[in-house]
Amino acid sequence: MELTSHLASQSFPTLPTYDFAASLDKTETQAARQTVGNPFLENPRMTCRDVAVFYGEKEAIRGINIDVGCNEVLAMIGPSGCGKSTLLRCLNRMNDTVPGCRVEGEICLDGENIYDPSVDVVPLRARVGMVFQKPNPFPKSIFDNVAYGPKIHGFTTDKAELDNIVETSLIKAGLWEEVKDRLQEPGTGLSGGQQQRLCIARAIAVSPEVILMDEPCSALDPIATAKIEELIAELREQFSIVIVTHAMQQASRVSQRTAYFHLGDLIEVGPTERIFTNPRHRLTEDYITGRFG
Amino acid sequence: MIYSFLLLIILLLGASAYFLGTARAVAVSQQTGGMRSLHSLPSHYGALTALGCVLPALIIYALWQIAEPMILTSMIKGNLPAEMLKLSANEFGLVLNDIRNMVAGNTLSGTGNPAVMAAAEQYISLQTSAGRIVSMVILVTMCVSAATIYSRIDIHLRARNIVEGLIKIAIIACSAVAIFTTIGIVLSVLFEAIRFFKIIPLQDFILGLTWSPQTAIRADQVGSSGAFGAVPIFVGTTLIALIAMAVAIPIGLLSAIYLSEYAHPKFRATAKPLMEILAGIPTVVYGFFAALTVAPFIRDLGMSVHLDVSSESALAAGLVMGIMIIPFVSSLSEDVLHAVPQSLRDGSLALGATQFETVKNVVVPAALPGIVGGILLAVSRAIGETMIVVMAAGLSANLTFNPLETVTTVTVQIVTLLVGDQEFDSPKTLAAFALGLVLFFFTLCLNIIAIRVVQKYREQYE
Ligand SMILES: Nc1ncnc2c1ncn2[C@@H]1O[C@H](COP(=O)(O)OP(=O)(O)O)[C@@H](O)[C@H]1O
Ligand SMILES: [Mg+2]
Repeated sequence: MELTSHLASQSFPTLPTYDFAASLDKTETQAARQTVGNPFLENPRMTCRDVAVFYGEKEAIRGINIDVGCNEVLAMIGPSGCGKSTLLRCLNRMNDTVPGCRVEGEICLDGENIYDPSVDVVPLRARVGMVFQKPNPFPKSIFDNVAYGPKIHGFTTDKAELDNIVETSLIKAGLWEEVKDRLQEPGTGLSGGQQQRLCIARAIAVSPEVILMDEPCSALDPIATAKIEELIAELREQFSIVIVTHAMQQASRVSQRTAYFHLGDLIEVGPTERIFTNPRHRLTEDYITGRFG
Repeated sequence: MIYSFLLLIILLLGASAYFLGTARAVAVSQQTGGMRSLHSLPSHYGALTALGCVLPALIIYALWQIAEPMILTSMIKGNLPAEMLKLSANEFGLVLNDIRNMVAGNTLSGTGNPAVMAAAEQYISLQTSAGRIVSMVILVTMCVSAATIYSRIDIHLRARNIVEGLIKIAIIACSAVAIFTTIGIVLSVLFEAIRFFKIIPLQDFILGLTWSPQTAIRADQVGSSGAFGAVPIFVGTTLIALIAMAVAIPIGLLSAIYLSEYAHPKFRATAKPLMEILAGIPTVVYGFFAALTVAPFIRDLGMSVHLDVSSESALAAGLVMGIMIIPFVSSLSEDVLHAVPQSLRDGSLALGATQFETVKNVVVPAALPGIVGGILLAVSRAIGETMIVVMAAGLSANLTFNPLETVTTVTVQIVTLLVGDQEFDSPKTLAAFALGLVLFFFTLCLNIIAIRVVQKYREQYE
């Protein structure tokens, strides 16, 4: 069918032999290497081609091909250790800070390879922001937390304009009403959910194109989680969002497309609804029906 | 002589009491159904028997050591010639002193007085026989008390509780020694300082601008009236400490930042202990270095640009002292920098901050309280430091802020006031205690502030 021809037109490098699925089912070893579903999009914001990441000698992910669309939420799901965070951290080159980490393949943002030696990571990270698993506000005031990015990038030297950026970012992050009277208090004094929204505001303040979120709700209670999910839906209007999550409910609530990873391979990609109602690959089905993972 | 032999016997008896008690407990337990029926472990019974044997002996021994001179002296008094007993209390004390000296085998202060010699001989013979009696008493007590405990060993005796209680008392006694010694030292400094302030008023000491502690020994001596205005000393101390800080803070902090944020983990693992070894160099070696290398170098350098630099300068002492405390500053700062969570660095880098921006805007501010604490500890060390300043900064108490002149510090003055033969109640000697008190007070305040700051920092991240 059309999908297979599309895949065939890509040149796949010969992969090193590994038998990660041998323990599960011998007959699936072949199929597991190829991604089921169409990972490619018409007008992608970011594209990953044949991405492989090594920690020292160890290959964490391999042969990943996937696009991130404009104004979409892409959810990455899969069992622990399958390489979701690894791929996510490639998208803004946060893996640069990990000693011994090596990235192969090509990752483009708006058509430009971000791993090209001529690319500077500083502006790249301003374009691809990141929100971490554990809220990590700086031990500074709420205002300074949000103003941090605009200040270091020299967006403005005007106090009023900076106030304006901080206010809009906090409004977009849904935190303004709660903190507008205590902007000078330390950000570390907020509740966990508020801290995470502060971190989102901090990322928004530098006007990125893409926001990466690595299990942003795993340290939060259900009410704070619901708020963040609402927020993600609103942010989609303006940004592309890639979210790693362990909660499949969350993936199905917030995302338009879902990618399922397994032991370093991208197993299946597709519209979220289709993945959750009609998975095509057995591993995906096993995972979303809770048979393992 | 007899007593060292006695100590050996006490130890041997104690050891055998231990084994006897243990064996007895095992034997008792076997009659009543095995080890489990015992209230405590056999070794607890052994320890209890041994303690019961040794403790009374040691107590009697200690009491006798205290009481012996008094008892023996009162016994020989009766045999002294009548005219000696009529002497005034002071002179009689001298006679007793002579006797004691003779007993201890020292030469006499006066010519050999036959009465004194006789008394001394009597004292020695009394001492010998008393030693025998006391030894007998001790041995008998040991046997009796050990036997009492031994006979009372049965399965209900709560040996463990008693032994643990005694151990606790011993531990408390040891810590009390440490605490009371400190309190004792502080109090003695305080009392001597108060004696000083009775002679020289407090405000003259704290606010006076001239320091020349030489007082006249004879009334007709000239020019040695003694002036105890400590301001020049405080200024000198502050000046040197400031120079030391100006050297140590930038170098120490930047090297800490390098080790924690930039260096390869392997390099850090070797470099950090090496730097801490620097802190172990004896300060007298630094003093040498300051006096023989740095001070002449600074003087020559000054001369080459036609500056008048004295051969002992605050600058030389301050520089070397700064080098001395670099390891403190950098090691303590490195610890707190390293403790800043990686997630904060990631957060900053992910916003597009460079590494230096991250260090400057996030890591250092987050670690600042801890860094300040480390610096304050280093300052209090710099202020208390003596050797370097003695060797490199000089002795004359100039009231100056010029780092090229010779100044003096609190510690140096304490040393110079106390070396050599001194009367122990002249203002000159007592001034040392007053200076010591000020120094103690100052470093105490710094340490308290530093500890509070460090604690506050800990609360933030734990
Ligand atoms: N810094 C690292 N050094 C070495 N191995 C790593 C590192 N980070 C992750 N890995 C390995 O890479 C694999 C994928 O990890 P990760 O991307 O964190 O998984 P996930 O986020 O899906 O749970 C795991 O096997 C993990 O052990
Ligand atoms: Mg992860």
